[in-house]
Amino acid sequence: MQYQGKTWKFGDDIDTDVIIPARYLLTSDGEELAQYVMEDLDPSFPSKVQAGDIIVAGKNFGCGSSREHAPIAIQGAGVSCVIAKSYARIFYRNAINIGLPIIECPEAVDDLEEGDELEVDTTEGVVVNTRTGKSYDATQHSPYVQQIIQAGGLMAAVGERVKAQAGESAG
Amino acid sequence: MGQTMTEKILAKGAGVDEVTPGDIVEVNLDLVMTNDVTAPLSIREFQKTGLEKVFDPSKVVFVPDHFVPAKDIRSAENAKIMREFAHEQGTLYFELGRAGIEHVVLPENGLTLPGDIIIGADSHTCTYGAFNCFSTGMGSTDIAAAMATGTTWIRVPPTLKLVYTGTLPEDIGGKDLILHTIGQIGVDGGLNMVLEFTGPVIDQLPQDDRIAMCNMAIEAGADTGIFPFDDITKTWLDEVTDRPYEAVASDPDAHYERVVEIDVTNLKPVVALPHLPSNVHFADSIEDMTINQVVIGSCTNGRLSDLRAAAEVLRGREVHPNVRLIVIPGSQKVHRDASKEGLDDIFMEAGAIFSTSTCGPCLGGYMGVIADGERCVSTTNRNFRGRMGHRSAEIILSGPKVAAASAVLGRVADPSQLN
Repeated sequence: MQYQGKTWKFGDDIDTDVIIPARYLLTSDGEELAQYVMEDLDPSFPSKVQAGDIIVAGKNFGCGSSREHAPIAIQGAGVSCVIAKSYARIFYRNAINIGLPIIECPEAVDDLEEGDELEVDTTEGVVVNTRTGKSYDATQHSPYVQQIIQAGGLMAAVGERVKAQAGESAG
Repeated sequence: MGQTMTEKILAKGAGVDEVTPGDIVEVNLDLVMTNDVTAPLSIREFQKTGLEKVFDPSKVVFVPDHFVPAKDIRSAENAKIMREFAHEQGTLYFELGRAGIEHVVLPENGLTLPGDIIIGADSHTCTYGAFNCFSTGMGSTDIAAAMATGTTWIRVPPTLKLVYTGTLPEDIGGKDLILHTIGQIGVDGGLNMVLEFTGPVIDQLPQDDRIAMCNMAIEAGADTGIFPFDDITKTWLDEVTDRPYEAVASDPDAHYERVVEIDVTNLKPVVALPHLPSNVHFADSIEDMTINQVVIGSCTNGRLSDLRAAAEVLRGREVHPNVRLIVIPGSQKVHRDASKEGLDDIFMEAGAIFSTSTCGPCLGGYMGVIADGERCVSTTNRNFRGRMGHRSAEIILSGPKVAAASAVLGRVADPSQLN
């Protein structure tokens, strides 16, 4: 998939409590959660972020709580993809499972100034900064994770498997 | 090549002879857990598969603990979705009055045994590694898939071996050890790895302290933590279960990604200042940091030994007039045991409140949310911005003794400063 968008840049160790504070975890509706996304870091962020924008961050993005509400809130805000130097494992799985495109690309993060436009090809794993014209190779997802992405998320993959097993036992 | 205990557990769960860090394996699960925050989403995703039944109701468990006793209508409705699904499916379920915080309740009920593979939709599911099992947190959708299939995929993590040496000073508990460790290696020092806790200090460490340490492996970015099995763990488990289990040990020639030795001889009680668990300092080095609230409890430090440690400090003393002290036992059992010993009286006599079990204040849910500009010393596990309330509030993490001493003195304090 290809995305093009304006960037919002965050630092290292952005935790899921600031992505979406627990006081809003009474719902898992993306649009509702999006009203509060990142507000403890920047109270104006939910009103500034536009559909198609890209979140860029340092290392260990999404550390802390297992709340899937974090990638759901980012997705609900219309963010097209997230680029970070590295991800906390649970956030990484959650994002893949719900179909929020995320990639690792440390050099692109280092060179970027907030507001830069990026062109991102998540299938090829390539990031281009349109201000500088520089191109970067992102870290490839493992083949196993690529299968989940291609199936359309984890539950779609499980659904296929459940159907196949039901077919076998019926046959 | 030898295998670590984690590699052995995952190899067995995957039905293969051995695994190597970086391998992706599909493993059979011994227990799949969710709570009232994460379960509604898991249940909704599970229902999309069209399956009528979870893979094995005796291996699926729901624990209401985050926003219960329900703080408002929406939290009551989330708890209701979970309760009705649990009853309809016949899964394990722990209701208010027979329950408490998931990571206290499941071990108490003998559900976290050596060699097991456990996943839970809560990041502190890593706690159970203190019982020599592989246990890790995941999100709601991973849990939904696991409820459907009884399996999950794991990228076999490399192991970071932590070796604790020296003589453990008095007043140092598991919480001090893990905060000190995170202060050394950083909040991503164990990123995508397993922390294997070893060494002569660990060999003598009581089980509850091991649980507190393993609980915060996630705060070093690790997938989980794990402890060797020994007589201390066996004695603890003999009290709660007669289910057979198979303990595992790391081979002497196992491969470790990294080995870090930590000499504890000169350690003093520590605190983690805002806003990261790695911002660790000796409590007695903090001057004039006044506080408004103290919370003692949580999945990290809500066990009987934690309440005993706090009560020992608070006995015959009074909570500072500017401080609110909230003590929350980790489970109904801990609550009852503490009451039988008279700990409840010691807390209330000192001017604290002693509440029923809940995660409540740890995540800014309820029962102790903090206001703009307030400062709270807490025995919980995260001091991230906004975690316990207002984004400008400050959270200082500590063990129960430092928390109790701070409550008495009205500022961040070391227990030795009381006399």
